Amino acid sequence: MKHIISALVENKPGVLAHVAGMFAARAFNIDSLVVGRTEDPALSRMTIVVVGDDRVVEQVRKQLARIVPVVKVQDFVGQPVVARDLMLIAISAPPDKRPEVLSLIEMFKGKVVDIGQKFVMVEVSGPEEKIEAFINVCKPYGIKSVARTGTIAMPRHAKADVRAVQTPEAQTGQ
Amino acid sequence: MKSKSRPSGGPTRKPTIKTGAQIIVDTLIEQGVDTMFGYTGGVVLPLFDRLYDAPIRFVVPRHEQGGCHMADAYARASGKVGVVVATSGPGACNLVTGLATAMMDSVPVVALTGQVRTELIGNDAFQEADTTGITRPVTKYNCIVKDVKDLARTIREAFYIASTGRPGPVLVDIPVDVAVTKCNTDGSTEMKLPGYRVRAKGHAKQISTAAKAINESKQPVLYVGGGVISANAGEQLRTLAEKAHLPVTTTLLGLGSYDQRKPESLDMLGMHGAAYANYAVQHCDLLIAVGARFDDRVTGKVETFAPNAKIIHIDVDPASISKNVHVDIPVVGDAKVILGELAKAVEHRERKRWFTKIAEWKKKFAFRYDQNASTIKPQYVVEELCRQTKSEAIITTGVGQNQMWAAQFYKFIKPRQLISSGGLGTMGYGLPAAVGAQVAKPDATVIDIDGDHSFNMTMTELATAVEHHLPIKVCILNNGYMGMVRQWQELFYGKRYSKSYLSNPDYAVVARALGAVGMTVEKKADVPKAIRKMLKETQPCVADFRVEREENVWPMVPAGKSLDEMSGLDILERLI
Repeated sequence: MKHIISALVENKPGVLAHVAGMFAARAFNIDSLVVGRTEDPALSRMTIVVVGDDRVVEQVRKQLARIVPVVKVQDFVGQPVVARDLMLIAISAPPDKRPEVLSLIEMFKGKVVDIGQKFVMVEVSGPEEKIEAFINVCKPYGIKSVARTGTIAMPRHAKADVRAVQTPEAQTGQ
Repeated sequence: MKSKSRPSGGPTRKPTIKTGAQIIVDTLIEQGVDTMFGYTGGVVLPLFDRLYDAPIRFVVPRHEQGGCHMADAYARASGKVGVVVATSGPGACNLVTGLATAMMDSVPVVALTGQVRTELIGNDAFQEADTTGITRPVTKYNCIVKDVKDLARTIREAFYIASTGRPGPVLVDIPVDVAVTKCNTDGSTEMKLPGYRVRAKGHAKQISTAAKAINESKQPVLYVGGGVISANAGEQLRTLAEKAHLPVTTTLLGLGSYDQRKPESLDMLGMHGAAYANYAVQHCDLLIAVGARFDDRVTGKVETFAPNAKIIHIDVDPASISKNVHVDIPVVGDAKVILGELAKAVEHRERKRWFTKIAEWKKKFAFRYDQNASTIKPQYVVEELCRQTKSEAIITTGVGQNQMWAAQFYKFIKPRQLISSGGLGTMGYGLPAAVGAQVAKPDATVIDIDGDHSFNMTMTELATAVEHHLPIKVCILNNGYMGMVRQWQELFYGKRYSKSYLSNPDYAVVARALGAVGMTVEKKADVPKAIRKMLKETQPCVADFRVEREENVWPMVPAGKSLDEMSGLDILERLI
């Protein structure tokens, strides 16, 4: 099962190496790991997507919490969260195919950020499934390159309300 | 932990101008350090200059690894934090085995390493190594200090982290320019550790659930690890075991936490543990694990470990709980506090049938060896050591058969009496550990029960013992083999003794060359006399016991087997 783990860490040198080293040493698999600044300059947030059974993920969570500069660890599984990936993708779009490609981009609410003679570069963000779906529909045209950020996530604040309303997004955790 | 409950950084003093090196020494003294181990070198010269006339006893090993083991054993014997210093590059690299040893056995050690000048870092400078990078997996925490203003605080944090929670080694890397930079300091900087929390008190509800389970249990077993010793909870353990009437088995590192002469003691469990301890665990209905981590050498095949038992696990490290074995009642916190609470909450139960069963196993499967053999049996040497020292010596060990025989045949009666590399299994640990323990406990009898090949690895540290007039005793159980490797080769590799023996020197001559007393014991009849003589020595003394060459350690749970599938029980029974 896929778990999104969010770790608030001290913004110090060596913390990323420590976290990455722990994952390697304990043979945990990382799907993606994103580090970025937070509202507090002393803290960074690491969002780590891990696939494993409950026991493995519980160990991941505990081993992370054990690292001294790791301040707080949350596993978002079972919680309503907003989870997003950002992707830049260069798609082959010769003039004859360009209208088709542009309409696909439109359907996925992507944004054209660069355009050349043969390729368009598109920025797409959203839940991982949407990103994957966009890649799939672009494949027939030819993909030159892809750069993805990996998942970042934040729990929904109005948890109780969201549960009560039971929006499809809340149910799927997106 | 909230900052208010944390000890603040020393008394506020008047601001004074100090160099980084002076700040290091002052902070060490403030932390109560009166003894250090370490080796000098280029980038630690400013620090060693400050140590020249500091009120700190300094022991220089012959190799940094030895120094790190000494600091580790000093900590294990005294309960204080051990401190070791090394220079950059090779010095720091040589600490790695020692740090990993301390890490695996949760020993509070603070290592200070020199580093090349800040502006040279990353340039492959002379004697540069990425010390924090290399030691990160083998320390509880490490960091590099690049600003002299952070130095005092970082060293305080290092001591605090090393000694609290589940203890462990902490390394602070200090570039030489930081050590010489002057800084205006009033000496009072608060620790900043937002990510470090120590849970001392156990959850009250969990404790009462555990107490209820103990009261209801008909066949309980206490399984005790080194955590009880590092938490100084021996007293509380005794009270609990006596009040509730519980049999107690310990891990290798837990030996000494419970007096092995007491009837409730089941001695050590595990791969080479007592058969009666292993049977008790496999038949118990409640296993109460305290400060232990369900190591594979303890559990055997983990799927069939304690198959009928509900498991209570008391540990200060939440990550140790349900790591290897599913735990029914976890209690996170300090063993001393929790065992104390638990002792109050439990009731006495006779458990007559259970103790009768255990007594039968104990009688049938006691540790035994052939006492009528004409050769010197290694077990006999250990037994005789135990008899002559009245179970009161501090024992350090090498790793392998010597270590297992020390654990099986010496009866430990109090905490901090056995000092052995359990988790990492570091050959060569015994001699430097004896040095560190003797420095910590100058009046104690300190004996290194060692193997010949373990001793080979660090024997130069004998010179350190001589230099500091430390009357350590080294008993080499010399069988000419890497005994445990040879045992496995005999049992599992058709007696193909591949690279498991070396040509040994004459250890008595080596001892004398290094300034110690040396003796060779070749006859069984000479063993008691030799031990008597050794115990009287006021100088370091090495006794080379030429023991039975192909003796095996029994019983043995072969790798991958359940705890109750022991080999060698027939051998034990034949010796009754």
